[in-house]
Amino acid sequence: MRKLLFQNLLRSPLTIPAPAPSEAALAELAAKVDQAARKRLGRSLSIREVDAGSCNGCELEIHALNNVFYDLERFGFHFVASPRHADVLLVTGPVTVNMKEALERTYTATPDPKWVVAVGDCGRDGGVFAGSYACVGGVSAVIPVDLHLPGCPPTPMQLLQGLLALLQAQDSSQGS
Amino acid sequence: MMSAGSLQIMLNEGQPVAEHRPWRRVVVTAEIWNALLEGLAGGAWTMLGLWGETGMAHLALREDSSETMIVASLPCPDGRFPSVGRIHPPAQRLERTMADLVGLQPAGVPDHRPWLDHGRWPVRHPLGAASPPMGLLPPYRFLPAEGESLHQIPVGPVHAGIIEPGHFRFTANGETVVRLEQRLGYVHKGIESLLNGATIDQAARLVGRVSGDSTVAYALAFARAVEAATETIVPDRAHWLRALMAELERLANHCGDIGAICNDAAFALMLAHCAVLRELVLRASAACFRHRLLMDCVIPGGVIADLPADGVKTIQGLIAEIRHQFPPLVELYDNTASLQDRTVNTGFVRPALIKQFGCGGTIGRAGGRAFDARRQPGYPPYDQLEFATPVLTESDVNARVWLRIHEVEQSLSLIDQILQRLPAGPVRVELSSPGQITEGLALVEGFRGDILVWLRLNADSTVSRCHPRDPSWFQWPLLEAAIENNIVADFPICNKSFNGSYSGHDL
Ligand code: SF4
Repeated sequence: MRKLLFQNLLRSPLTIPAPAPSEAALAELAAKVDQAARKRLGRSLSIREVDAGSCNGCELEIHALNNVFYDLERFGFHFVASPRHADVLLVTGPVTVNMKEALERTYTATPDPKWVVAVGDCGRDGGVFAGSYACVGGVSAVIPVDLHLPGCPPTPMQLLQGLLALLQAQDSSQGS
Repeated sequence: MMSAGSLQIMLNEGQPVAEHRPWRRVVVTAEIWNALLEGLAGGAWTMLGLWGETGMAHLALREDSSETMIVASLPCPDGRFPSVGRIHPPAQRLERTMADLVGLQPAGVPDHRPWLDHGRWPVRHPLGAASPPMGLLPPYRFLPAEGESLHQIPVGPVHAGIIEPGHFRFTANGETVVRLEQRLGYVHKGIESLLNGATIDQAARLVGRVSGDSTVAYALAFARAVEAATETIVPDRAHWLRALMAELERLANHCGDIGAICNDAAFALMLAHCAVLRELVLRASAACFRHRLLMDCVIPGGVIADLPADGVKTIQGLIAEIRHQFPPLVELYDNTASLQDRTVNTGFVRPALIKQFGCGGTIGRAGGRAFDARRQPGYPPYDQLEFATPVLTESDVNARVWLRIHEVEQSLSLIDQILQRLPAGPVRVELSSPGQITEGLALVEGFRGDILVWLRLNADSTVSRCHPRDPSWFQWPLLEAAIENNIVADFPICNKSFNGSYSGHDL
């Protein structure tokens, strides 16, 4: 193990440079961010991921955000185990009817101010599962959504750019 | 135990269904059905699937000794069929699902609790004679556990990590788990209903999203079933590119799983390194096929596009890099006593149970069941590739880690062979259109185990009925057995060593 750790010290990091925040996400957020929320959240956001019926593809790419290439934590994002510790709910899936109540309860358990980010084409409008008796179809049909990050699944880079837009939206208004 | 080939003989008495390929489907009488169930309960054959449609129950079987595969169909005009689960427990959840979705009632079972239907859908029996719900279902009744000083720990459906939702009800005596009871169905999306009437393209996208981590394997199983039904001959190069994608998918998932299992023993270093390997695979996949998870890349008729000009070089580079980085990680796993302390003898599943459930994938092969669908029934190009089937018998978390390690090495070797011998030629063909009702069946080895897809196409080539069966159906129940007498704190590592799919199971 020592050998491995030592090698890691010597080789250059794999982590990619920070990308620019996504323009589309910034535009969606511009209208929604409220000043008070920005002040309270600062530059550190705790994220609670909620799978509301995903195919698990979106989860795989959200997981990838934690690998050394994307290293989400360097930006002040941190995944937490309980909605009570969360500032952001990252919701995937077409919201199955069987998960609707759990999603609502998770939302209620998250303290204000909070943000909801709907991930994936499913999170936007149900994606390929839209129209099923077993899906509500889109996160915004159940709880208010602040930001959509479409894709099937969105790549870690797209997720990162979207989440950075969330930080930037707070920053830019803090000065104003 | 019956003699070899008795499955064939038994089914010779049934009515073969025309246009079902490549294996036979036979309509049987209740008498033959019951005899089949006895063979099943006696271990003469393995259940590959059990599903229904209005008025008919289908049972897919495999006889190991003769390597025969067959679908037996029992007409049930009164909506009832002799229960399989009554004498063969692996069928119980599948039967409860048939009752929920189709309205077919298994006769003779004590457990009538719904499984996927949580009493919330706007419709009852969505795959059968759909009707409005009957009102609130009674609250779900977990099985009672009796004894002194037992306590219950309910977990989920929303879990602490970035994982899929499901409910686990632990009954513990102090630290020790006495019983685990799962309740699944939270991510049921109604995929089979969406498939009814879908075009082949729509259906391929849907089946490719039954379980996102196995999208290649699902797309492949669907494509093979369609091609069997329509008697479409796929070009050689497509077969090889499909296998390339399938092995990339296996590689990515096994790397991710090895890291994640070690992480649940608080050994984060392995996770960090294995996640790098996984990411490298996904990046190479995206560079070659324009999707990190390879979604929608395998299509009925072939593959969506050929490798780019530098594709072979990209993947060769990937293989070299993993061959360089992986062995020190294996050594690290092997030499870290504190890690082995958590994995050895943890989460043991009796091999007899694995055989009974026909449990596939790394869980099966870590518990003595050598089944691998790439080899048997087999499909191209694996018949032309050299690979051993690693099998262990310890059947604990440690064995499941080692199995994955061996399969990483195996996939690297397979990819090597594929790149060296990739035949030239086109990568897709138009599907034939038989202009009549046809049926197809396919069994494909995903990273998690064997995936079954059965379908019936209408004369206009739309889907009349399609049933995808995830390997998790025969693995989730064994997790309940694996955790017994382990401490509650070892549940995450046992669960990770299984890595069952919620989405694939819930459909
Ligand atoms: S958006 Fe795509 S990857 Fe994400 S859950 Fe939906 S189908 Fe799966």
